[in-house]
Amino acid sequence: MWSLILRDIRLALRSGGGFVLTLAFFLIVIMIVPFGVGADLGLLSRIAPGILWIGALLSCLLSLDRIFQLDWEDGTLEALATSPIPLSGIATAKATAHWLTTGLPITLASLPLGYLLNLNHNSYFLLLTSLAIGTPALSFIGTFGAALTVGVKRGGLLLSLLILPLYIPTLMLGAQSMSVGTNNPIELLALIAAISFMCIALLPFACAIALRANLK
Amino acid sequence: MLLKIKNLDCRRGNKLIIANVSFNLKSGECLILKGPNGSGKTTLLRYIAGLSTNNLLNDNIAYSGHLDGVKSTLTVQENLKFWSGIYNTNNMTNVIKTLKLNDFQNRIAGELSAGQKRRLGLARMLITNAKIWLMDEPTVSLDKTTTTLISEIITQHCKEGGAAIISTHVNLNLPSSKVLDISEFKPEIDKEFDPFLEGIF
Amino acid sequence: MSLWEYANPAKFMALSARILPALAITSSCLLLIGLLWGFFFTPADYKQGSTVKIIFLHVPTALMAINAWLMMLAASLIWLIRRHHVSALAAKAAAPIGITMTLIAIATGAIWGKPMWGTYWAWDPRLTSFMILLVFYFGYLALWEAIEDKDTAADLTSILCIVGSVFALLSRYAVNFWSQGLHQGASLSLDKEQHVDNAFYFPLLVCIAGMVLLFVTLVLIRTRTEIRLRRLLTLRLRNS
Repeated sequence: MWSLILRDIRLALRSGGGFVLTLAFFLIVIMIVPFGVGADLGLLSRIAPGILWIGALLSCLLSLDRIFQLDWEDGTLEALATSPIPLSGIATAKATAHWLTTGLPITLASLPLGYLLNLNHNSYFLLLTSLAIGTPALSFIGTFGAALTVGVKRGGLLLSLLILPLYIPTLMLGAQSMSVGTNNPIELLALIAAISFMCIALLPFACAIALRANLK
Repeated sequence: MLLKIKNLDCRRGNKLIIANVSFNLKSGECLILKGPNGSGKTTLLRYIAGLSTNNLLNDNIAYSGHLDGVKSTLTVQENLKFWSGIYNTNNMTNVIKTLKLNDFQNRIAGELSAGQKRRLGLARMLITNAKIWLMDEPTVSLDKTTTTLISEIITQHCKEGGAAIISTHVNLNLPSSKVLDISEFKPEIDKEFDPFLEGIF
Repeated sequence: MSLWEYANPAKFMALSARILPALAITSSCLLLIGLLWGFFFTPADYKQGSTVKIIFLHVPTALMAINAWLMMLAASLIWLIRRHHVSALAAKAAAPIGITMTLIAIATGAIWGKPMWGTYWAWDPRLTSFMILLVFYFGYLALWEAIEDKDTAADLTSILCIVGSVFALLSRYAVNFWSQGLHQGASLSLDKEQHVDNAFYFPLLVCIAGMVLLFVTLVLIRTRTEIRLRRLLTLRLRNS
């Protein structure tokens, strides 16, 4: 399984792989927020947690349809499906590679971007932690969506429609945990962690069902 | 005996494509699937490969479909190293030599010609160390030299105790090959069962 | 003879043809009686005036919006485990009905809310949950429409429904944490646990019963249509 993770990372880092693209998109999304809502630092500071999380969500979305689509198009997915690795293992490997090349970089990039939005000083640690714990859920949920839509041409929009609702719990808890008025961030972080663990443990099997249906 | 198929029905969706297929595959044998387009050769191969069912028939199988299974942004070596990792084998250097890919080892796969890409796809079959090869039209749109090379490799594989089931329109000159005409297994219309067609609506 | 016998499309069509007229009439009657009774023959609540009577439409549709999804969940599980075609088509048939129920629930909630609390919409936990449920329904139908092969579509939408159910439940609870942060205190809870007068209780029950039967009637009708469409498709493919 490690071979698959390493290969996907390598593919993402090659030109056309989408690694830099994702970070650039994150930057642009955050950047246009002040253009839209005005540069009042007080306002930005209040909405920063939500905006950072939404930006992270959307940036994750971007690279999702690549997960299986490229392998589907050149026959590698079929070849992998007939290999000793079970489909759930393939899904786990791909979701992990996605997180390493998308979720993790986004988490790190959020710190300087938070500064752009005048994020409250005390919230930086929570920003880092909530994203670090929450982005794995985003990757695994996204992989599930990608498995569902792998056979659909230009399925990016459908993919977004399917998984944005699934992102809602993580988003709500994540943004809330970083907000200034919250008394119990640790509790919320624990919940985010629970959701992520559940996604990591169970969604690969759902992915396997979806992939098998599409490969038939 | 590597593979025993008895009274197999293959469907695509709800439609019965072939019915009552039976054959045995011994080690060293090559089974050629013949039949017109759409008669079910691909369906049968995919079924045996485990792609259309939920259970794997035999885990000593390598499948090569219409597409090459080659990542075009990786080099030849990286492509093969990846498959070695998946199948946990270490015969990569031999395979590269056998398929005459030494000159292209570090070339990005996207820059290879169609024939070279097909050889790379075939290299994957060798790397898997699987006994049974399932190949769906392996030589389509390839030139004579490459086709001969592929025939030689399949022959060698069978000689070493492996077996192959190949669907092809081309005569590959493979020794010890049986032919299975898939069109013989076309189901009779009234034997077809479709839950949506029975009864009066 | 177990219930599973009706997984066969032909048998299902036969049975549903027999019970549909009775179901349709019963559900219409119940709903009509319940609504008329509730709207015209109950006293106005001393606190909330007459507008509270929208509850006779709001509560049943809200209940059905959720129950429709639960029915889809059960049907999806049956499809994945036992591969009964009628199940898969029933789930597909129920989805638009669920969407309609949700929309009516949200709309009637808005109509209730305006005179009561001065606003058509508020991001309180209950309303927000219904909005989220609506998008889950949309995703489900969108997936059905996007996949050509009907059996594959059935597989994919079933697993989506199952995974979606888990996340819909998670959302229901996450919303509580979320709305605490935004509304310090004042929450517009259109609480059904609010004290409901006895005078309202019985017409409400009748409405709920009527709505449930209406749901069943509509699902049966739509499933029959789906089965016919599927048969048409199969015949077309066969003859090609």
